[in-house]
Amino acid sequence: MLNSESNNNEFNFAYLDEQTKRSIRRTLLKAVAIPGHQIPFSSREMPMSYGWGTGGIQVTASVIGKKDVLKVIDQGADDTTNAVNIRRFFEKVCQIKTTTKTTEATIIQTRHRIPEKPLQEGQIMVFQVPMPEPLYFLEPSRAETKKMHALEEYAPMYVKLYEDITKHGSIAISYDYPVMVHDRYLMKPSPIPRFDNPKINNSPALQLFGAGREKRIYAVPPYTKVKNLEFEDYPFEIEKWDKACDFCGSTESYLDEIVINNEGDRLWICSDTDYCEERQRQGTENREQSK
Amino acid sequence: MPYVAVKGGQEAIENAEKLLKALRRGDRHVPELSLEQIKQQLALAVDRVMCEGSLYDPDLAALAIKQSWGDLVEAIFLLRAYRTTLTRFYDSQPLDTSKMNLGRRISSIFKDVPGGQSLGATYDYIHRLLDFKLAAEGNEPVAPEAEANKDSIPRVIDTLGQEGLIQPEEDLNSSSTPVDLTRQPLSFPTERDGRLQNLARSDEGFLLGLAYSSQRGYGKNHPFAGEIRMGEVEVIICPEELGFEVAIADITVTEVQMVNQFKGSKEVPPQFTRGYGLTFGYNERKAMSMALVDRALRAKELGEEIQGIAQDEEFVLSHSDNVQAQGFVQHLKLPHYIDFQAELNLVRKMRKEHDDNLFSELNGDESTKKDNETNLEKKSRSMESQTS
Repeated sequence: MLNSESNNNEFNFAYLDEQTKRSIRRTLLKAVAIPGHQIPFSSREMPMSYGWGTGGIQVTASVIGKKDVLKVIDQGADDTTNAVNIRRFFEKVCQIKTTTKTTEATIIQTRHRIPEKPLQEGQIMVFQVPMPEPLYFLEPSRAETKKMHALEEYAPMYVKLYEDITKHGSIAISYDYPVMVHDRYLMKPSPIPRFDNPKINNSPALQLFGAGREKRIYAVPPYTKVKNLEFEDYPFEIEKWDKACDFCGSTESYLDEIVINNEGDRLWICSDTDYCEERQRQGTENREQSK
Repeated sequence: MPYVAVKGGQEAIENAEKLLKALRRGDRHVPELSLEQIKQQLALAVDRVMCEGSLYDPDLAALAIKQSWGDLVEAIFLLRAYRTTLTRFYDSQPLDTSKMNLGRRISSIFKDVPGGQSLGATYDYIHRLLDFKLAAEGNEPVAPEAEANKDSIPRVIDTLGQEGLIQPEEDLNSSSTPVDLTRQPLSFPTERDGRLQNLARSDEGFLLGLAYSSQRGYGKNHPFAGEIRMGEVEVIICPEELGFEVAIADITVTEVQMVNQFKGSKEVPPQFTRGYGLTFGYNERKAMSMALVDRALRAKELGEEIQGIAQDEEFVLSHSDNVQAQGFVQHLKLPHYIDFQAELNLVRKMRKEHDDNLFSELNGDESTKKDNETNLEKKSRSMESQTS
């Protein structure tokens, strides 16, 4: 027990024991059956900190099998520290294949982005969720918000959006923008930018949301209607850039702004590293072919 | 050569881990700490880690303390993460603390009590002066000896129960299994069993502050330390396949029974009420805090007015777990540049509109003002249609 030499057989496949994984899968089934509805689950302590993706990790651990190919991104990138850390955790406890290519992955665990490349049938997106409750800043008591969801009492949310418009001229929510799922449940899409919200609607992939610290799981099954909150005269809008990616030239992706020197010069580059790298490769090939 | 944004997370993580391990070891000329030393000489740290880590295993707790570089919250986290991987075989029978092999027992509500008072090892009456002799090594103090009291010693506040002056403790009959927060999530409103389990796992500092606030008028409490006892108790299981009881371990626990004044309500006559604290190991400050907060959280059941934060079960129980709290507070260290980019775009857009409006107002542009008014009317109409 106190042997400091760790070997991988110390842990069950995907870290959690089979009973726990089964109980999480039961919760997932319930979540899929009631799209957008938050289902409580008995979240476990994981060897990573709460707030660092434990909900997503538990969901991934419960659905992953030996034949799965896992992609992990944070901020759209495969090589950010948290993404690297979660990926190597699953490599260690599952010995499964991992990838950085969106098209190759069967499971994609993400924090803060949905890949640019459209998802396909059979793929599972796992979102890490910090605050699952969309109403919490209007009503901190979860006992109360539970009732509000049951009664579909979402008027305070619309009032908040209306107040934003009167105060700021537009809806001042830039990420984690609330959506209505299947015309019934108000849901937070996790802190993805508004730019990614349209990708949730009618997606061919299964989208699972895990909140470890808050002990909630919810889901958007494939081909489900997901509508962004809006008013007729103030329709939902996504972010736009009047720039193209400085690496691949894309004008259709979500761009990160990078300050490159003390003079404040900036580069604009795709946040989705896989998308950007593929476009760069294709660009080189095209140039070579035309030579 | 194009600019390349931050890369190399993999290498950075590996180097950070190596550096941490080296710094944790410290100067190689100084002998390495052994787990036995931690277990023996930092026993109270081991007790705290076992208690909040919810796992009674002094060896593993000592390892966690060594591995965490002395950071006890980190050690608690390590122990919890390990605990997750263990299979649960049995639930134990309720501990019988009246059969405790006592290491300490005091009551502050009676001058003397049946079975006597025993201070045990405590800092309570030691002057808190730095002992410079301890800085030198080679200390070999000898413990005073006394005859062990082998009798079962009843709990002090049961004597109040005989007079019917204290709220009876409800017996959990065998048909109702207590809540287990490691297997089911906490949902509000809570019952006392779930609350007590949450408090037993709670951060000591958080509970201490809450308990203190309840004494300072944020939720009246009027507590007395009915009894504090610390010592070893037997853990007994009764496997179904055997059909008889088996003692599997002796563990050290600290138990606190607080007695609180209660003036009575329409339904309940004036009497004393209880707050209960129980911890793994010798964790008296935590156990006392737990008992005060437990009593404060019973406000609703007793029909008391909720005036203080310590009486608000949702506030207390949702924020008491240091493994959860430290994780979420520290997750702000993770990259957030996608969200920040989105905020940046929004602020720029709002700023531009703000400046444009200011400009047109300064120029007394009447037509813009009129437009804004009609827009507002439209907004309120569309909102009505959305919310109806």
